[in-house]
Amino acid sequence: MDMAGLSAYAVFFLSLVGIYAIMALGLNMQWGMTGQFNIGIAGFFAVGAYTTAILTSAPAESRVGGFDLPFLVGLAGSVIACIPVAWLVGRITARLRTDYLAIATIGIAEIIRLFFVNESWLSNGTRGIPGIEKPFGLSNNGYLLIIIAFVALAWLLVEIARRSPWGRVLRAIRDNEPATAAAGKDIARFRLQAFITGSCLMALGGGLYAHFVGFVSPEAFRPLYGTFLVWVMLIAGGSGNNLGAMLGALVVWLIWSSTEMIAGLVPTALIGSESAFRVFLIGVLLQIILVSRPQGLLPEKRPPMPGEKR
Amino acid sequence: MSLMSAEALYAGYGGVDILRNLHLRVEADEIVVIIGPNGAGKSTAMKAMFGLVPIRSGAVSYRGETITNQPAERMVSRGIAYVPQEANVFPSLSVVENLELGAYVLRGPNGPRMERVFEIFPRLKERRHQQAGVMSGGERQMVAMGRALMVEPTLLMLDEPTAGLSPRLIDETFERIRGINQLGIGVLMVEQNARQALAAADRGYVLATGENRYEDTGPALLANPEVAEMFLGG
Amino acid sequence: MIEIIQLLINGILLGSILALGAVGATMIFGVLRFAHFAHGDFMAIGAYFALTVVTVFNLPVLAALPVAMLLTGGLAILIDQVVYRRIRRVQPVILLIASFATALVLRSFIQMVWGSSNQVYQVGIQLPWRIGPFTLKPDHLLIFAAAAGLVLIVHLFLSRTRMGKAMRAMSDNMDLALVTGIPANRVIMWTWAIGGALAAAAGVFLGMDTRLHPVMGWTLLLPIFAATILGGIGRPYGAILGGLVIGCAMELSTLVIPGAYKPAVAFAIMVATLVFRPQGIIKGNA
Repeated sequence: MDMAGLSAYAVFFLSLVGIYAIMALGLNMQWGMTGQFNIGIAGFFAVGAYTTAILTSAPAESRVGGFDLPFLVGLAGSVIACIPVAWLVGRITARLRTDYLAIATIGIAEIIRLFFVNESWLSNGTRGIPGIEKPFGLSNNGYLLIIIAFVALAWLLVEIARRSPWGRVLRAIRDNEPATAAAGKDIARFRLQAFITGSCLMALGGGLYAHFVGFVSPEAFRPLYGTFLVWVMLIAGGSGNNLGAMLGALVVWLIWSSTEMIAGLVPTALIGSESAFRVFLIGVLLQIILVSRPQGLLPEKRPPMPGEKR
Repeated sequence: MSLMSAEALYAGYGGVDILRNLHLRVEADEIVVIIGPNGAGKSTAMKAMFGLVPIRSGAVSYRGETITNQPAERMVSRGIAYVPQEANVFPSLSVVENLELGAYVLRGPNGPRMERVFEIFPRLKERRHQQAGVMSGGERQMVAMGRALMVEPTLLMLDEPTAGLSPRLIDETFERIRGINQLGIGVLMVEQNARQALAAADRGYVLATGENRYEDTGPALLANPEVAEMFLGG
Repeated sequence: MIEIIQLLINGILLGSILALGAVGATMIFGVLRFAHFAHGDFMAIGAYFALTVVTVFNLPVLAALPVAMLLTGGLAILIDQVVYRRIRRVQPVILLIASFATALVLRSFIQMVWGSSNQVYQVGIQLPWRIGPFTLKPDHLLIFAAAAGLVLIVHLFLSRTRMGKAMRAMSDNMDLALVTGIPANRVIMWTWAIGGALAAAAGVFLGMDTRLHPVMGWTLLLPIFAATILGGIGRPYGAILGGLVIGCAMELSTLVIPGAYKPAVAFAIMVATLVFRPQGIIKGNA
């Protein structure tokens, strides 16, 4: 590959890493910081992507939307649209154990997917919404800078949150819920806030993705793979850790991309489907990480509990 | 050789010692009671001996064999039965099923064993198909103890068997425990109703802050003015 | 009226499939204390195991059923020994992620080995029977009968055998079960074996009723969990009831909302249960 091709690939690669990094940061807020298990990432991602698409694309006959609004309005809309959805899920499950939240998020993601597939008056159904332009007439290279800017913004946001008193309460809830409750903190409220914030970041990722690809359709949100990859990224990078989340995004996307190469090398007769094989590899990789080093590449440095041996 | 003995136990969770240099023994034909203020580590002592709390240092032996930190399964098959204070029945199972599970590690028919338990707790025979979860507190205690007896134990460990019971039931319970002891089963129990427990017991240990404080016969402890002042209420 | 009864018939069929899946899921949830997200994919792989037996040995589906159940039960035990067992001692909360990973590994494995296109056990259209105004496929009766038979076997196992009672006990109160001397590891293995086997049966029946597709299990995972929660965690009889209720609700809902939103109905029932009666119809271990 020549330099131009290589650099174009690099831009493409890094853009996606950036989008995934934002989502991993959102998931970190939910899982890493408050232990909430969200398998519905793809749902919030879809809400973000579709909202941006509807708000910023050109008018079309077959559907509502196409308001042709500016880039930032679209993104703001994405985040705002996500809030009630996240609130609904979080509110129902905030007081229940982790498993229930996980099940509820599967449910919500599925319903969101069904919604966008079926309500063509809004989403154009399976045909999708095309024609989402990059802002300010930028090229891929320029858009990468915008993505990087948002990644930096997101990181700043979550780091500030983490160091703030709010963030400390979240960690206290995760590490020792009974004690924190006894201290008078409303656990459910904090959890809900963290959940909504994390989901909004995922919606933001969805919005940025829509502009990147230029087109959204239900097909693009294979919920399983999208959701799954973000999880692998967070676990591999180190949950509880914002830097780890971003590192995980980079490393796992690298591995994911290389599985394409690996799959290409193995004869098709042996593996049947290349894309399935790639998911298989990543799945097995995650299992190995979980069994051998669940804390990830950058484990969070936690102060030991009183009396705990290190 | 004592039936069960604990020597120089240091035990606790997460690297923090709750018990310090604990000594304890139970002979085959005795009722031994452990009393002490809240937080003294009474329940922890019994749990540690049964293998439920990690023992950092020291030894527990049963009939001469060392059993320190062995899993509950092994304890039960040696003939040690343990009854926790709370959540001590299987609520969705019937009385009969609860009892059957008590004898899980044993071979052979459960009929005779269950008959023996019914002799001690006739009330359970009446209600044998009732779900354990809907029974009264007193009846649940009976199921819990009956379940433990099903394994034909040589030692019965009871964690606060009279907790939450009415005065009449408390008396009945200590009566029954005496009856069980007369069948040849050693009894080690932790109790909060110290006065009555000491009256029913052969010997007692007073623990405070995880350590031995007093050890003597039941009557002697009852008569001991310091013990009376510290732990025995009016 | 006729439409309602027809939908009820369909609902009971779907409900039977859900019930079989839910019984396994609730036992796993009850004994192992986590929502096993790969349960739907156990259903799928069971269905595909049966497919291989049918196509390679030219047997009818029902003959392949026991084989599929055995294989899937064995697979479940294997996965537990290799993956879950190591994690649950160290970090129970990671089990959820691991089960999610298992789900994807199984699904992609199915795609690799059997392909992504729809498949069926029997080529050709089955002529439905007409009983008055109602339509019934012959397969439906087979599925009802087989499902009922399996449920009966599970009931006998849980109420009459030592291991069955031990399983119920562990689900009720894990700590007490250990204290009683019940061998936890063996009970856990049996739980996986039965959970996997029942899931396989559900998958085969689903394949018989509709068709085989790699995501067939994942699609039913939400209704199965809804049935589990509705019936009370760790309550096998509740799970059966829950499965039937959810199945009927899903089918009957098509009277008022588009069929595509059937999973949303299961979700709504689950949410209602969590809000109003989180321990389920038959009080379970929440």
